Amino acid sequence: MNALEAVADTADGSTVLIGGFGPAGEPVQLIEALLDSGAKELTVVSNNAGSGETGIAALIREKRVVKIVCSYPRQVDSRHFDEAYRAGRLELDLVPQGNLAERIRAGGAGIGAFFTPTGYGTMLAEGKETRVIDGKGYVLEYPIKGDLALVKAHRADRFGNLVYRKTGRNFGPIMAAAATTTVVQVEEFGEIDPEHVVTPGIYVNRIVHIGRAA
Amino acid sequence: MIDRQTLAKLVAADIPAGAFVNLGIGQPTEVADHLAPDSAVVLHTENGMLGMGPQAHGDDVDLDLINAGKIPVTELPGASYFHHADSFAMMRGGHLDVCVLGAYQVSARGDLANWHSGAPDAIPAVGGAMDLAVGAKQVFVMMNLLTRDGKPKLLPECTYPLTGLRCVSRVYTDLATFLITENGVVVRDLHGVEFADLQSLLDVPLTEELS
Repeated sequence: MNALEAVADTADGSTVLIGGFGPAGEPVQLIEALLDSGAKELTVVSNNAGSGETGIAALIREKRVVKIVCSYPRQVDSRHFDEAYRAGRLELDLVPQGNLAERIRAGGAGIGAFFTPTGYGTMLAEGKETRVIDGKGYVLEYPIKGDLALVKAHRADRFGNLVYRKTGRNFGPIMAAAATTTVVQVEEFGEIDPEHVVTPGIYVNRIVHIGRAA
Repeated sequence: MIDRQTLAKLVAADIPAGAFVNLGIGQPTEVADHLAPDSAVVLHTENGMLGMGPQAHGDDVDLDLINAGKIPVTELPGASYFHHADSFAMMRGGHLDVCVLGAYQVSARGDLANWHSGAPDAIPAVGGAMDLAVGAKQVFVMMNLLTRDGKPKLLPECTYPLTGLRCVSRVYTDLATFLITENGVVVRDLHGVEFADLQSLLDVPLTEELS
């Protein structure tokens, strides 16, 4: 299966979880395929909002994204985000990074909501339910689920089990679990020792072999 | 007044041997350069790693191995990798001994403002700042005591949007080191200024307990 085939059925208006922290773990080829698929009015959930001309930045440039849920949109070269945001073409839901991760984890783990101390008493908790537990303030946060997750891993075996490379792991494992359809691009296929599996194949629906140089 | 490098040295000297530490983006990153080689301090980076080594150069650059500032780094013996939810659980769960952050403002109660200038046209970006503020056992702030136009950054109340409430334990500045305690702000070290002159710069009542 090639990258375009793997994402071709993405419906307009989908929520897409996109892995990566900066360049590490960013599934660039799958994002390009999503662009080629023509899907639009997307809600993108990712740590960053893209930089330069590739990946999420290209999706924004081509006006395919109506809303982005992220922790850190502002980057050195995030001009496409900046432009769309300032023009009012792109809704931003800013979420503290740990809350973003835990909400995605909760989405894949069947949790209805959870109380987190992060953000308590700040403007990012305005309008949210709060509770004081053992003298400490917490904010109620809800899970995030995706229609589609795009993830980059290092290696897959033929059962869809995954391992990642170094800090390229970041959001991959939790996003893979939180989407209806999870598409993974890998650098290589091969055997994986069951003791070393990071993402079990139950969370993986489609795998695209991209290779290392890409 | 002391320079940035001396300040980084001062913070590094206060980090206990063997501690698990997160250094924020910017000035706090420089603390790593001053940790004693035998200190066995383990650096955490929010994007899923313990045992982070110095910045990578040349052939050592690997784009799968970056720090929170997205700069290529190296791994040290004993390093480990984990996903984002685990990385922040580690933080919120109180497993990190110290985190060192920059700040726009700190209040006398230890409230921290370091993520948003409050300017209406600014594009907001929070990253892991709010999680770091509430999670580590001790939060050290490193900053200049005054803004470029001479306004104090240690205040009775922060005027910028808050990152966390009552979370800062110490404030290291170019002019003095402050401890935020139950009984108010205590000056631990003076960096070439007299206590009375320092007090005259700030609207926060200070107590002097020099180490």
